[in-house]
Amino acid sequence: MGCRGSGLLAAPHRDYCVLGAGPAGLQMAAFLQRAGRDYAVFERASAPGSFFTRYPRHRKLISINKQYTGKANAEFNLRHDWNSLLSHDPQLLFRHYSRAYFPDAGDMVRYLGDFARRLGLHVLYNTTITHVTLDKDPQAWNGHRFVLTDHKGQVYQCSVLLVATGLSVPTLIDFPGSEHVEGYESVSVDPEDFVGQSVLILGRGNSAFETAENIMGVTNFIHMLSRSRVRLSWSTHYVGDVRAINNGLLDTYQLKSLDGLLEADLKDLALVKDSKGKFHVTLKFFLGETNASWSADSVRLPEDDSDNFAMRVGYDRVIRCLGWKFNFSIFDQSLRLSSENEFNKKYPLIKASYESKGSRGLFVLGTASHSVDYRKSAGGFIHGFRYTVRAVHRLLEHRHHGVTWPTTEHPITQLTSSIIRRVNEASGLYQMFSVLADIILLKENATTFEHLEEFPMQMLAQLEPLTGRTAQHGLFVISMEYGKNFSGPGKDVFFYERSVGHTEDAWLSNFLHPVIYYYKQLPTEQEVRFRSPHWPLPRPTAIHHIVEDFLTDWTAPVGHILPLRRFLENCLDTDLRNFYAESCFRFALTRQKLPPFCQQGYLQMQGLAITESLQQHGVESKLLQNYAAATENSSQRTSDRALAPGPRAQSLDSDKEEL
Amino acid sequence: MASSFSVFSIEVFLVILSCVSKSSEDSLPELSPQKYFSTLQPGKASLAYFCQADSPGTSIFLEELKEAIRPLQDYGISVAKVNCIKEEISRYCGKDDLMKAYLFRGNVLLREFPTDTLFDVNAIVAHVLFALLFNEVKYITTLEDLQNIENSMKGRANMIFSYVRAIGTPEHRAVMEAAFVYGTTYQFALTTEIALLESIGSENIEREHLYFFHCEIVLDLSQDCRRTLMEQPFTTLNIHVFVRTMKAPLLTEVAEDPQHVTTDHLQLGLPLLFIVSQQATYDADRRTAEWIAWRLLGKAGVLLILRDSLEGNIPQRINVILKRAEQEMEYLVLDDIDSLIFHVENNVKSEQMEEGEDEEMESQDLDTQDDEVAETVYRDRKKQLPLELTVELTEETFDATVMNSDSIVLFYADWHAVSMAFLQSYVNVAVKLKGTSTMLLTRINCADWSNVCSKQNVTAFPAVKMYKEGENPVSYAGMLGTEDLLKFIQLNRISYPVNIASIQEAEKYLSGKLYEDLFTYASVSVLGLFSPAMTTAKEKFLEARNYLKGHVIIGIYSEADVWILSSKYAAPLPALLLARPKEGKIECIPLAGTHVHGIVQIMARAVLEIFPEITVENLPAYLRLQKPLLILFSNGSISHQYRKAILTLVKQKQLDSLTPCWLNLKNTPVGRGVLKSYFGSLPPLPQLLLVNVYSGGQVFAFPSDQSITEYNLVSWLKNLEAGLENPIKNLSAQEWKPPLPAYDFLSMMDAAEPQHPTKKVPTCVKETDKQESEKGEQEPEPTRKEPVQTLRIKHWNRNYWSKEAEKPFRHEKEL
Repeated sequence: MGCRGSGLLAAPHRDYCVLGAGPAGLQMAAFLQRAGRDYAVFERASAPGSFFTRYPRHRKLISINKQYTGKANAEFNLRHDWNSLLSHDPQLLFRHYSRAYFPDAGDMVRYLGDFARRLGLHVLYNTTITHVTLDKDPQAWNGHRFVLTDHKGQVYQCSVLLVATGLSVPTLIDFPGSEHVEGYESVSVDPEDFVGQSVLILGRGNSAFETAENIMGVTNFIHMLSRSRVRLSWSTHYVGDVRAINNGLLDTYQLKSLDGLLEADLKDLALVKDSKGKFHVTLKFFLGETNASWSADSVRLPEDDSDNFAMRVGYDRVIRCLGWKFNFSIFDQSLRLSSENEFNKKYPLIKASYESKGSRGLFVLGTASHSVDYRKSAGGFIHGFRYTVRAVHRLLEHRHHGVTWPTTEHPITQLTSSIIRRVNEASGLYQMFSVLADIILLKENATTFEHLEEFPMQMLAQLEPLTGRTAQHGLFVISMEYGKNFSGPGKDVFFYERSVGHTEDAWLSNFLHPVIYYYKQLPTEQEVRFRSPHWPLPRPTAIHHIVEDFLTDWTAPVGHILPLRRFLENCLDTDLRNFYAESCFRFALTRQKLPPFCQQGYLQMQGLAITESLQQHGVESKLLQNYAAATENSSQRTSDRALAPGPRAQSLDSDKEEL
Repeated sequence: MASSFSVFSIEVFLVILSCVSKSSEDSLPELSPQKYFSTLQPGKASLAYFCQADSPGTSIFLEELKEAIRPLQDYGISVAKVNCIKEEISRYCGKDDLMKAYLFRGNVLLREFPTDTLFDVNAIVAHVLFALLFNEVKYITTLEDLQNIENSMKGRANMIFSYVRAIGTPEHRAVMEAAFVYGTTYQFALTTEIALLESIGSENIEREHLYFFHCEIVLDLSQDCRRTLMEQPFTTLNIHVFVRTMKAPLLTEVAEDPQHVTTDHLQLGLPLLFIVSQQATYDADRRTAEWIAWRLLGKAGVLLILRDSLEGNIPQRINVILKRAEQEMEYLVLDDIDSLIFHVENNVKSEQMEEGEDEEMESQDLDTQDDEVAETVYRDRKKQLPLELTVELTEETFDATVMNSDSIVLFYADWHAVSMAFLQSYVNVAVKLKGTSTMLLTRINCADWSNVCSKQNVTAFPAVKMYKEGENPVSYAGMLGTEDLLKFIQLNRISYPVNIASIQEAEKYLSGKLYEDLFTYASVSVLGLFSPAMTTAKEKFLEARNYLKGHVIIGIYSEADVWILSSKYAAPLPALLLARPKEGKIECIPLAGTHVHGIVQIMARAVLEIFPEITVENLPAYLRLQKPLLILFSNGSISHQYRKAILTLVKQKQLDSLTPCWLNLKNTPVGRGVLKSYFGSLPPLPQLLLVNVYSGGQVFAFPSDQSITEYNLVSWLKNLEAGLENPIKNLSAQEWKPPLPAYDFLSMMDAAEPQHPTKKVPTCVKETDKQESEKGEQEPEPTRKEPVQTLRIKHWNRNYWSKEAEKPFRHEKEL
């Protein structure tokens, strides 16, 4: 081992090493490149996005590539562009690579290649990292360095390791007879090969349906078998569930056109071959001790007991489409990336900040990081993880380079519009709903605030150390959410009166809508961990829902903005109304205090002048008075009352009376 | 017909009301014509909708009709849908598109209704009851009709006259429901003629009115019946409460302890007012009490109590006791009837507010826009602005445009009210500059092009920036209005600082002749004097200029012969010369050692005048001086004499601690609002005031009986200083709190959570919950309306009649 030390000394060192030049790896590289960081991407293939050169097998991506939204706002349009990565180059948008709504996987490969090339990302192609381990070093950023060894034995040292290797290992299943099963990754995609065959597909995800869709027209019938009931993405609002574009088989099943769906636990199955070469499904339990020769002719089959057993026919082929898992094999035990837990055999163990629970400085990005929001949000998909990667990059910028999380600071009068702007255009909040949230950090006396974008909500308690910002004076968390009981497999998402239109019922909104949490103090880790189930955050001091909108356009003055303003006003205990200069003038001479809008606008000589037609409307609405036309008649003797202290004394009505 | 009403008691009425709160799915019986006519019972009323058998199963009308089943049933009226089928020909079956509803009593047709008159459940109930109560409710159109009925009632019975805006409205329904109960006791009269309402001298004629005419007590036919106007909102419940209070005796004499006295009023949530009398003054007190009782009719119960009949329970001076349900008794000493009535009325109001008598009203308030900018912009949304006068930029055109021409850019967002209000002023600027300016007026919608806006460092809207070739963009920091922006643009037609080349040019500049046209927009010009070697001082000056672009005209002279100017104006270099060409004044300020900020301040102050006319635009600049304002409010320009007095005092430095100014109400009409706030009404003008906005917020008025002379003014100010004057007004120091509460979604969510059972929910609701959970266990999600209803029921239960409402009896009523 003596040579190991000297080898390490000579080994090239990088601050950041990224494993994998897929979408997540390239996305991280693009941020590191722009920040001028020392990094390298390791890719075993000769070009980026090698997964997409083979998958999906039938080449149609199910991420939408919407060309037209009727809007010019680039950020908004990203809400409906599920394939682009984030960059400052408007040419690097996926719509320049394909016009198809569901594009071809080949276009993705081309896009990723261009992305790496145009941005000049440092990618080491044809470099297969075969082993990753740790080397303790108290001087290192995280108290250790990551040591990477490639297939040629070349060693690299890294301060931070960013794993973006995706899920690359097909999920296999072991049961008697499983050797007869073909895998999705290798099964023929030529429908001709299935003509007149009876096919059993194991699995019920998009790959299973995609496979079925391809051969449906030529087979005798297709049966699909899996443990759980089918999850349709339009009822779960989870993009990883079966998409309508793939679900043709559901039609033919429900229309009794010989295709069908069945539920059973695959682990209890056994597959036996009969003398004609057909496969029969039976139970492991039935095989008993007769495992000497498994043949359908000798083994007990379910149909022997109940002659209407659904799968009593013989199959010509059995295809496994059970998804993928993370490749743990190259990571040394000392990195503690995996756990015994069944679920965690699919995904590495990470925190909500995407940092490994076992090793500081190791972050998991992209599809492999989907454990954070599995079956909830879009973190396993390009349109989601492009934002979580950015969040990780911002954390790293602060942790290692003293760059605090970017914020913009505004006067409190801008609070309502700052929130309205984001909920209407932000794509990160929209895609990564209930995962990433904007945070409004109030400054002392709540006269100004900082707006911090797309922070991982679950890390709220650690906000200060992670971002370098302070949250001493209260905060708002802005996230997007679906209604609590709306989504789920088997839920009727088309029920009558599913949409909520009244502002007072906004909290019952079912479709994706903005939710704003107010905390007087930053919640603690305990509070976040022991929050009530179904709540993405601990109990806030107050909560506001902006009522769902059919057009996802939350700019209605009375339906959306007014209730939000009332909420913010009551949280901050102030008056956030806008006033024309004339009103501010009157307040300035008749009151000792001015509302924030007048303080921050009018008193700074930036008052808002009124025009004639607006003045007219103001008088008609009784919100303004026409002093020019005011008669000497002063029958209103209520001025004293209006000025008396009291919670409602400043309400609109009293303002009217006051004059 | 009339006698059949006698079976109804008040309790029936209450139960009818209680049903309103429970929503229930009633099924609409669907019958064939033959079947339908066979079900009709003599004396019973029935509403039937005839339609083609193959017509669509649902329509808005049918939905509304379904909702009307329950309320009509409570009045003993059945509802049915009759399907016209080919086999049975009925004359009620019209053409496909001419379906009607018919009201029968027994099998006699009373009235037919086109379905569009029955546009909602309120209209259905109102119309049906209106038809059935034809005799009880007289529809009138003229004052003569009203007088005839009134006369016929005198000495016999009281009457109820109401005005509703239209037939079929919720208010009409409320009247009809009241008539159903009280139709035999009182004569009802109804009108929709606003002229009639006006002719009996009503105010606020745009809303519904209900009057109680006290005709029973009128014995002299020439005398008018006394009227009481219902002031509560027009709901069935309120009408009921109102009529019940009318029925109660005007004045009750009691001899017990007020603690134990109770009347209808208390049950109805109204206060009781005890007038404490004694034997000696009994007759006078009784007359007073009666008078008070009339004034408080419908608002409170009035009782007369003899102090002697109680054993000294009431303190000596007390003459009035106010008692409210579930509250401490209030013992009062009131000498003035008006203030007594005011006190009681306000109590009634605040109680109603607290209880939130009408939840609908409350939530409406929350949804009513109280932001003047948002509301006015919204109301103006359909106006077509001449936007074509400004160039709309996009991400593609932005850079090229601002690089190729001197341009002003307005950054705005089309959903942002303040932006859109300012856009109007911006367009006005474009209109005024049309064809005259070299400056290109452009705008960019940041809701569309957020990338451009953030690249230009625009994080808040609206923002205006000026782009000039070869210069850094300048942010406009003035008032968001036409005048100020126009001034900014005009003053920026030339580049600053103006480099003056010769002494002659400098003199021309100082006299205002060099840029004569610019002096329409600026009153002051600044000239920086530097010797050629003073580079740092010059740099500071140039930096300060950036803050003041578009406010003052700035020039610089830095030639070798600058000493000529320096000695002429006694200005040690470096120095600033402030020239006011209109006043012919040139002032000199030495600059040695002054920082950038200091220079900015000097120049900003230079714009201020000694005795300015205060306007909405310039007040903030003068408030910055942080001195009390000595303002003369005047309707028009001020007298020469006063101006002279002030200027003299300024010269004598007597007013250094103040900002003397004046306000012309013709130019600044909002000054009237200010004066009214000080005086309660508009005082005689001119009016001299000292407004101490900063310390203490006191307002003092110069005595109106004195004339404003130097002497009087000085002695008044001295008195003020010595604290010898009383302020006419103390300005409120109140903070600006939220104008209205917000929806409390957290509590609503808590209430819906099964593990947090709401304790206050009345038992009857729990029962319905149980029923529902029995019905379907697979319903984990609350239906949309349930929780809101829960809140409502909770609220209903607080009402006085809740006990009756819970009584589990159903009514079969017959007409």
